[in-house]
Amino acid sequence: MSVTPPLLAIKGLTKSYPGVQALSDVSLTLARGEVLALLGENGAGKSTLIKTLGGVHQSDRGSIRIDGDLVAIANPRDARRLGISVIYQEFTLIPTLKVRENIFLGHNRQWLKPISQKTERAQAQALLNRIGSQLDPDRLCSELSVADQQVVEIAKALALNTKLMVMDEPSAALSPREAEGLFGIVEELRSQGIGIIYITHRLNEVEQLADRIMILRDGEHITTQAAADLSRDQIIENMVGRSLDEEFPPRCSVIGEPRLQVTGLTRGTAVENVSFTVHRGEVLGIAGLVGAGRTEVARMLFAADSPDQGTITLDGVVLRLKSPRQAIAAGICLLTEDRKSQGLILTQSTQHNFGLPNLVDFSSKGMLVHRREQNRFQHYCDALNIRIADPQQRAETLSGGNQQKVVLAKWLQSNADVIIFDEPTRGIDVGARYEIYQLLNELSEQGKAIVMISSDLPEVLAMSDRIVVMCEGQVTGLLDVKSSQQKVTPEDIMRCATSDQSLEQPMVAQS
Amino acid sequence: MLLVLLLLCAAISALTVTDMHPEDPAAGRQLAKLALQKYGTDPNILIVVRDTDADRAFAQAINDELVTGGVHVVGIASGTPRQAMLQLTQTLAKGDTVDVIATHNFASQWEVLNASRLAQVSDKPIKVIRPPSYRWPSFLTKNNLLSILNQNAPIAIMAIGMTLVIITAGIDLSVGSLMALAAVVTAVSLRDYLGGAAAHGGSVALAFGFAMLVCAVVGAVAGLLITVFKIPPFVATLGLMMVARGACYILAGGADAVKIDAPAISSLYDASVFGVSSQIILMVILFITAHVVMTHTPFGRYVYAVGGNVSAARLSGVPVMAVLITVYIVCGLCAGVAGVLDASHFLTGRPKAGEFYELQVIAAVVVGGTSLMGGEGKIFGTLIGALILGVIQNGLNMAGVDSYRQMVIYGALILVAVVVDQLKKKVINPGIVSQQ
Repeated sequence: MSVTPPLLAIKGLTKSYPGVQALSDVSLTLARGEVLALLGENGAGKSTLIKTLGGVHQSDRGSIRIDGDLVAIANPRDARRLGISVIYQEFTLIPTLKVRENIFLGHNRQWLKPISQKTERAQAQALLNRIGSQLDPDRLCSELSVADQQVVEIAKALALNTKLMVMDEPSAALSPREAEGLFGIVEELRSQGIGIIYITHRLNEVEQLADRIMILRDGEHITTQAAADLSRDQIIENMVGRSLDEEFPPRCSVIGEPRLQVTGLTRGTAVENVSFTVHRGEVLGIAGLVGAGRTEVARMLFAADSPDQGTITLDGVVLRLKSPRQAIAAGICLLTEDRKSQGLILTQSTQHNFGLPNLVDFSSKGMLVHRREQNRFQHYCDALNIRIADPQQRAETLSGGNQQKVVLAKWLQSNADVIIFDEPTRGIDVGARYEIYQLLNELSEQGKAIVMISSDLPEVLAMSDRIVVMCEGQVTGLLDVKSSQQKVTPEDIMRCATSDQSLEQPMVAQS
Repeated sequence: MLLVLLLLCAAISALTVTDMHPEDPAAGRQLAKLALQKYGTDPNILIVVRDTDADRAFAQAINDELVTGGVHVVGIASGTPRQAMLQLTQTLAKGDTVDVIATHNFASQWEVLNASRLAQVSDKPIKVIRPPSYRWPSFLTKNNLLSILNQNAPIAIMAIGMTLVIITAGIDLSVGSLMALAAVVTAVSLRDYLGGAAAHGGSVALAFGFAMLVCAVVGAVAGLLITVFKIPPFVATLGLMMVARGACYILAGGADAVKIDAPAISSLYDASVFGVSSQIILMVILFITAHVVMTHTPFGRYVYAVGGNVSAARLSGVPVMAVLITVYIVCGLCAGVAGVLDASHFLTGRPKAGEFYELQVIAAVVVGGTSLMGGEGKIFGTLIGALILGVIQNGLNMAGVDSYRQMVIYGALILVAVVVDQLKKKVINPGIVSQQ
């Protein structure tokens, strides 16, 4: 009895980065015309999986078969040749080129062979029609909406005879109506026999589109089941269900008077009417999905961006900050999500990075006293257990945990009262995480007000006193972790974070 | 980079070893001592030199040394060979005898001083003596080294400002034009507003100050264009380069040069300490100051931080905009200093001054090890870079390479210098930032 092999069969895929097990022994199969929803928290290994398929990363172990043939995907060209297309969240369109030019950009044409504009236009039109789009192939991509750009990306993939399409949170940046258009395209692709791996955080999309659901957590395969067999609660449970014990130091918080009060903070559509209060000694968690507007709030608190509306009050005084410099002077600091591009100057020495906001402290009569800087840095190296060989060591040579501690050290030296952590433990291994949690606790015990943005649900639950949940720029929930009678669960957060008002999903918001 | 400079110096030294014929006062004294040793105090000595200040000093040194030694010096002939012969025959006609003619190598080659000609005019044989020659690299003489420094001082001074700009990952193409603008503004303001030929030192200083102020303002405009209007530094300063050059010609009324009549104008360029010109001293002072500012002040750190990662710098409280504007003002000021030195040197404001200097200045900075990507670079590296360029040019001149070939070799050597530096960086542990 001969069985047609599945379109895609992955077996035992394993990939680790220094300090992180990104994927361990993950297997999956995908049939033609099937939509497989790939679910998991941020950092669960979804990105690694699709980047391995797309040829961006190579796995340490495991096999990939396409139509039963064992394949090696060493680079994105290989992936394209095999009929695998990955639509990343960051589009790969060239804004200065026309739609049709972008669609055929990846084709291996002869360098000097003339391109017939007419043929190209007709072919582009045909591809666009295949997914039911009326887009004019002669428009410039820079003029297109995000949704239309996505259509072009998909058409571009189809132009390469794609058999398997991977979509990484395709609806994240779309309005509900645009998302409906996308679902139509997915249905169309499915009916044309293309296998689709669909990554999303929005559970209603999963119910609408997916044939089967696969859930990853911490790089491990948790379950793969037919979509109909999993309830929404079961999905969430599988996504977040891990024990919290031992991972977090115990926290005893003494919460004082309000320190930082934010009222009606608004910036475009990214952040709308966000209000919350942080008290002395409190850790306020801000949870939500990527793109919910959390980082934007943090940047406004730090005056890195200016709000359209809203007031920020610190210890009863209304702040009108124009630059991070002023924010630092007012006692606010931000540990950015992206340490490498925002938090540190990688090519310069660790000590200089530490000193940067504090040079006035280390100067006398306008001249730097290097010894003073060195002594303070040494002090923090000891206090925070920063492991470096030499203060002159370039920041880029440090591990993620040590980098984060250097950033923290510079803000501690600047004597900040309000410390905003944006994803404080992203890319940091378990051991260093624990140390950072301890520091977080110590700082709150010293009476500082702490805001902690985190996509890691166990982390945000264990470390926060209260949690603000954001979704699409708005606060959709305020959960009191420490004093509410009922225990707050990861599911509560996920429900607030995935609430999609336009589709009238139930919202859980308590305050 | 220092290594490259030293290697270059060694190579050029080796190539320029020649017979050296000293003509300075020290050589004169040495010659007099030799004459005393050899001939005692008996002979009458005539000193023959050319009619130049240096030669007269040489002659005077011989004379003084001989006279204190008790020798009778019958005269000092300073002038052409013809005049020397005339003085010799006149001395002989007066009844004096001349036993020895003391001169230097150059004059000893004169036809009038060869033995057969002298035998025609004198009964007694006349000996011609000159300071002993020795073999030494002509490159490695005090005069040559000082002239390298002096010639390259304006480029080096402008390179200080350029280093700051390039450390912030910017570029300033306007420095050559600003140098000319400073010179022309100095000349025009002296001519039209500060008393022309009658202008005294104070007025000249005022004109210098005003010219530098103009350059600082142009620098500030560049900084504003770059920070407020987000124009790329290349474009902003390219525009200002053309504007400033055009302004020079307009101010000069289309003339090639605006003459400066005030005698005080040359006092800046002509001043010297222990034989070292004011340009060199100014250059050294500015380099030391810039080095201290860049390594020992918060401002210096900020400049590195802005170039290293502008968003991280901003989020660390660095006043990015103020730092950038200041850096372009400093760059303009450095060009202004070079411009007033040029005016003081040539006694004119030349609208053509400093053409293509921006490229030489950038080359000096890059050869000095500053990365065009920003965030890295050292002030003294730039000094070495400027000297490398100066030494290459000097060496090529000495080797008698024609100017077209010079250009090719000059360009190629710049590339070699940078490649050597890159290779060196790869070898040395890249993880450690060298101490600044």
